[in-house]
Amino acid sequence: MHYSPEPLHIPDGFLSLAVSIVCWVISAIVIGMAISRTNKSLGEKQIPLMGVMAAFIFAAQMINFPVLGGTSGHMLGGALASIVLGPWAGMLVMTAVIAVQALLFQDGGLLVMGANIMNMGLVTAAIGYGLYRSVSSQSRGVKLAVAGVAAWLSVMAGALLTSLQLWLSGTSELTVVIPAMLGVHALIGLGEALITVSALGFILQTRPDLLGDGSDSAKASRNWVYVGWAVALVVVLLSPLASADPDGLERVAIDMGFIDTGLSAPYEIIPDYTLPFLGETPISTIAAGVIGAVVVGAILVLLGRGMKAKS
Amino acid sequence: MHFDAFDRYHEKESFIHHLDPRVKVVITVIFIISNVLLPDGAWLAFGMAWLLLLAANGYSRLGLGYTLKRSLIALPFALIAITVLFSIPGKSLYEFQLLMWKLTITDAGLLRFESILIRSWLSVQMAILLVAVTRFPDLIHALEHLKVPAILTTIISFLYRYLFVLTDEVFRLIRARESRSAAATGARSGGGVLWRARVAGNMAGQLFLRSYERSDRIYNAMTARGYSGHLYTLNPHEMKSNDYFTTALAIAFIFMTQILGRL
Repeated sequence: MHYSPEPLHIPDGFLSLAVSIVCWVISAIVIGMAISRTNKSLGEKQIPLMGVMAAFIFAAQMINFPVLGGTSGHMLGGALASIVLGPWAGMLVMTAVIAVQALLFQDGGLLVMGANIMNMGLVTAAIGYGLYRSVSSQSRGVKLAVAGVAAWLSVMAGALLTSLQLWLSGTSELTVVIPAMLGVHALIGLGEALITVSALGFILQTRPDLLGDGSDSAKASRNWVYVGWAVALVVVLLSPLASADPDGLERVAIDMGFIDTGLSAPYEIIPDYTLPFLGETPISTIAAGVIGAVVVGAILVLLGRGMKAKS
Repeated sequence: MHFDAFDRYHEKESFIHHLDPRVKVVITVIFIISNVLLPDGAWLAFGMAWLLLLAANGYSRLGLGYTLKRSLIALPFALIAITVLFSIPGKSLYEFQLLMWKLTITDAGLLRFESILIRSWLSVQMAILLVAVTRFPDLIHALEHLKVPAILTTIISFLYRYLFVLTDEVFRLIRARESRSAAATGARSGGGVLWRARVAGNMAGQLFLRSYERSDRIYNAMTARGYSGHLYTLNPHEMKSNDYFTTALAIAFIFMTQILGRL
């Protein structure tokens, strides 16, 4: 009912048992940490708050906006949840959202739920909060721009992890799944960034106390800045390395003449995620990633300025 | 909107409906694990798993094809696995030219692709059946018995309880946007994509504030009624001999499926 499945929710059967279990273990450890931290720092009052916020993320995904020819964009919410509620609470909220999506709507499997929680709940919250926290004392425009970049990167991180898990399970070809997933999600991430920025701008304007000193958002440790940037850096560095390093799978594909024409998705702005003048090296791809992030950042800074001027 | 607008539960009198929710959760998870463990091309074992699924459908009195009808949800994701058709080396079955790429479907690739789809299709059907024969609050309670941390199950309970309230709120916001978005026939209303995204973002922000303030009122109302951080249930959820028997039977059947798949 008024619910549209997401391309990031992996169904059961697409990941091998080993990959599913490893992801579950990692997610369970992080969720366990989140539970012990929230139990320590938050009172019983926070439980209804987190519950209603989880319902909010779920309901906010129904707010869509028409993009092009019948397609519409909407929000995933991991970055926004962690920015407003703090990272640990944001992770728990996203875990609950993903669990209900899988249990009630079969959007995402049960055995692979650990992987889905990791991709869409934990990593998105870490990047979202970490990057935002590093500029939380800056001006409104900078905050919004960085939140936008964080939202975009969080979607890309989710897409990258999903691709890697699919590849490790032998379900998808690395050289195809990474460019395809990252290409599609570069666009989906733009929608995420736009909605996150304007929602955050709206909250900053009407209830600045929710994000100011002493709020849940400001209470978390500053170490999250390092965590967030580290994860973001890994995304920027790993995606090109994963697709540029000729591993066994890729060699098979080359032997079969499948990728010798250089399979590139038609929607890529920077062809093959490399820059022509740097050649086909990992450095070139990393540079392309960085440029992509900077371009998104610049667009968002301008947008932030524009919105500030109007309001 | 009614409070159970999102529930997929189908009220029926059957022994599967009356099973302890824990049993249903455990069997579903074991069934899914078993599907993932079956080797590629274990057609007989896939058939056995499907038989179990049909039996569960039948015994729950929802009709043999109940889950089949709803199982197409995972289909779009199959696109992601399509590359295995061409990437696994094997005997060439079919070659064709797609734009500038020469693609070869191999027999090994086809086998793997079909196996992935069948595993996913069987698993999603069992998950569909699980929520069709179990009330969602019971399901959450079962998770609590199965040692899922209470804070998570409580958040999920709140999410479930307030989802329809906030969905009504979303509908009000969308109705407000639509009533302000009049346009002459043939003309487009509103601004470009960025403008529309900003409107959607403001709606999300508005929804956030309404939810946040509502959670305050909810907490106050709950405290006034004696809430101290834990939700109680009147449903005892006791395992009966019937429950143990069904679990044993299902596990034995799944175990046989595994043996059959490895012969």
